[in-house]
Amino acid sequence: MKSILPSSVVGLILIFLAFPIIVVAAVSFSSANYLTFPPPALSLKWYRVYFGAENWLNPTWLSLWVAAAVVVLSTLLGTLAALGIARLPRPLRILVSGLILSPLIVPVIVVAIGVYYAFSRYGLVGKPIALVLAHTSLAVPFVVTSVTATLAGIDPRLEQAALSLGATPRGTFFQITLPLIQPGVIVGALFAFITSFDELIVSLFLSGQGAVTLPRRMWEDLRYAIDPTIAAVSTLTIVLTAVLLGAAHWLRKRSEQNRTLVTSSAP
Amino acid sequence: MLLVAPLVLYMIVLYALPVVTMLLRSFNDPTWSLVHYRELMDDSVFFNTLVNTLYTAFIVTLGTLVLGYPVAVALVRAKKWAPLIIVIILLPFWTSVLVRSYAWMVLLGRHGLINEALMAAGLIDRPLRILNTALAVYIGMIHILLPYMILPIANALRQIDPSLARAASGLGSPPWRTFLQVTLPLSIPGVAAGGLLVFVLSLGFYITPAMLGGPRDITLSMLIANQVDQLNWAYAACLSGVLLATALVIIAACRRLPGIGNAFKMSAR
Amino acid sequence: MAPGVRDTVSSTGSGASVSLAGLEKSYERVGAVNGVSLDIRSGEFLTLLGPSGSGKTTTLMMIAGFEQPTKGDIAIDGTSVVAMPPHKRNIGMVFQNYALFPHLTVAENIGFPLKQRGVAKAERAKLVGEALELVHLPGYGGRYPRQLSGGQQQRVALARAIVFKPRLLLMDEPLGALDKQLRENLQLEMRRLHADLGITFIYVTHDQEEALTMSDRIAVMNEGLVSQVGSPEDLYDRPCNRFVAGFIGESNFLPATVKGLEGDIVIAECQGAVIRATCPSRPSSGSTVTLTTRPERLRFADTLNGSAQSMNRMAVTVTEAVFAGERCRYMLKAADGTMIVLKEPSSAAIRRRTVGEHAEIAWSVADTILV
Repeated sequence: MKSILPSSVVGLILIFLAFPIIVVAAVSFSSANYLTFPPPALSLKWYRVYFGAENWLNPTWLSLWVAAAVVVLSTLLGTLAALGIARLPRPLRILVSGLILSPLIVPVIVVAIGVYYAFSRYGLVGKPIALVLAHTSLAVPFVVTSVTATLAGIDPRLEQAALSLGATPRGTFFQITLPLIQPGVIVGALFAFITSFDELIVSLFLSGQGAVTLPRRMWEDLRYAIDPTIAAVSTLTIVLTAVLLGAAHWLRKRSEQNRTLVTSSAP
Repeated sequence: MLLVAPLVLYMIVLYALPVVTMLLRSFNDPTWSLVHYRELMDDSVFFNTLVNTLYTAFIVTLGTLVLGYPVAVALVRAKKWAPLIIVIILLPFWTSVLVRSYAWMVLLGRHGLINEALMAAGLIDRPLRILNTALAVYIGMIHILLPYMILPIANALRQIDPSLARAASGLGSPPWRTFLQVTLPLSIPGVAAGGLLVFVLSLGFYITPAMLGGPRDITLSMLIANQVDQLNWAYAACLSGVLLATALVIIAACRRLPGIGNAFKMSAR
Repeated sequence: MAPGVRDTVSSTGSGASVSLAGLEKSYERVGAVNGVSLDIRSGEFLTLLGPSGSGKTTTLMMIAGFEQPTKGDIAIDGTSVVAMPPHKRNIGMVFQNYALFPHLTVAENIGFPLKQRGVAKAERAKLVGEALELVHLPGYGGRYPRQLSGGQQQRVALARAIVFKPRLLLMDEPLGALDKQLRENLQLEMRRLHADLGITFIYVTHDQEEALTMSDRIAVMNEGLVSQVGSPEDLYDRPCNRFVAGFIGESNFLPATVKGLEGDIVIAECQGAVIRATCPSRPSSGSTVTLTTRPERLRFADTLNGSAQSMNRMAVTVTEAVFAGERCRYMLKAADGTMIVLKEPSSAAIRRRTVGEHAEIAWSVADTILV
């Protein structure tokens, strides 16, 4: 195998994957006033620009708030639906999951102008609520698939066992089912957050003047001046994403560790 | 039943109805007719855009396949390096399309890294024009969609019983033939799933071609946005209908291919 | 609150009686039940034994309340429970693969049924401790199920199913995932537990040896029906049909023609020899029947020192001889070509037969059953 797949080829492709992100991070620490690489000298001035500018910080806060609201709404609706879908009769189940999962394949531009068309009639354009409502539709499929996958991995005998031990159906749900699907819910919530936080196309139409999100602000900046501030912002969002992913990974590792901590002392 | 109802209601009212109402504009503006679709027939702007969108999707699918397959093989075979490879695949995967497209602006620009490096090496005298060309769009999109190809292929490869390849080499088959006759055919479901996913996602691309492409590299999504800006709703709705139908027809046509069932569950984002 | 939960573990309540009447469950898939009637006595260890798809697990699931019968009734202590949801039936259950809650510790798993019944925390801890003692796992309360071996998980599942003092314990292939050595130890432990607790056990397995070792009575199931119910000895020595004879232990089947009756004994002709057999029914003369015998109850006539006179005898040819340590296994061919297996305890004093040799075999009338 080695002979027909030189590791140098794979290495080059992996560099192709990783390099652009490394370059963005490097440019953000540049002292130059224009885009150039490698940077002539290191400096934090673009981060200072970002943290000192209201027209950068306000969109950041808005994006965080919208994403947080989307997480709450989509996780709640999506988890409930994931629990219910398995119990639907087959034809209905296909129809419902088709509806819920369709945002994964419908081009975002179609969704974006659809909601723009509808929301503009009710004066919702330019209001954060419009972004929350639209982003939730886009985020829900990730919650549903994540929770459904976790749910499918749970042995149905665990729920039967709880019932046989005297737990009510309601008690079984809260004591057994819910704790067991928790990792799937957390991962789904994470997906939902990132979906909303990074979303640009819907925001282009719904932001108006009153609800400018961070991606929207970056997009506008790119059209006029490409100074390294945007590299600093990009780097910060990459770091945020990496931290969230790391946190999810760590949470899962830790809960697993809690369960295996004593193994070493076991006979 | 009750558990599903809130989300179904939500999706109908806030997602399906708006999209359908918008799409209806292509039929009922000003009265019920197919006149807007008929007009598309001799609309050269539309025709060129459609061809460009499909062609771009095709190139990107091919590019991700060529670059993605070796990485998938390496990912499945690697022991010690597997976590690093996973991080390198997933970090861009989770980074926004906007940021990644911006990264390619930095790299491919007139004074970008590529040009500076080539000039420093003495290979060229003047900066090449890469940014704002179709090539830049292909590079950016291949970079963004590569994980969607790698992950399904790696999944399919992982399901191949390793003893099959061992049996083949035990029977005297050289590695390249083992690969061609055992591994490759068995990984076809993953290739089909990844290919379909990348192709369909490519069709809807907007941000990357808008940032990296030139004036002629227009995709359907860009044309739609442009028409909405001009409040040309009937035309925009018509184009949306075509874009959506194209995606659905391709998915329906590939439905019977092996491995497709899981493709869209895998489309993590 | 379950009756007796607050008692200590040592005070045992009597077991529940269970009565299944014309129980049916129709299924599109395998495992349908087509009319099972069975009375399980208070305090009994009853095993439902059958091949997969015979309906034994479905029957158990209906008793537990996870499957709704299409027809028929289930009564526990004379009261119908068909309309009662599973969580109100107060039945202990041990599942295949144990179904321990992975997110709860061993102590929380065992305390789970007590918590559902509102038992106070201190009392709960005491009962959990006692249950852990009972299954020989004291001090394991703080661990998680995945930190235990298969055998230990099995015992935790057992402790969890009995800690709330149900009067009936259902077990669905609880030892299926364990290796042979461990399985045999746990079989003994379960028998002991059954004797100590005095409650009714209903045990499902496809392993006939396990069923024979543990049960007071066995109900052999086949294709959704009970083929035969009886003690292990009953089923082994007096199978009442070909399925039971073939499923429990190894059997030889010999075609025969009935010649007449002699009290309880049927006289039949088989391979040119006159064979006497015990028979529960009274077959008419001239009818074609099948006789069955166990391989280890057959002997070569010349090893019996003349006591073979009163026995059934038959001439055979040795076609295969295998030495297997504690015994020798012979394949024999009867006059018409029917193959017969004979197992002889090995001894240096007994001459070993060679392939192609002609011989006469003999076995007692009591070991010959007409099915």
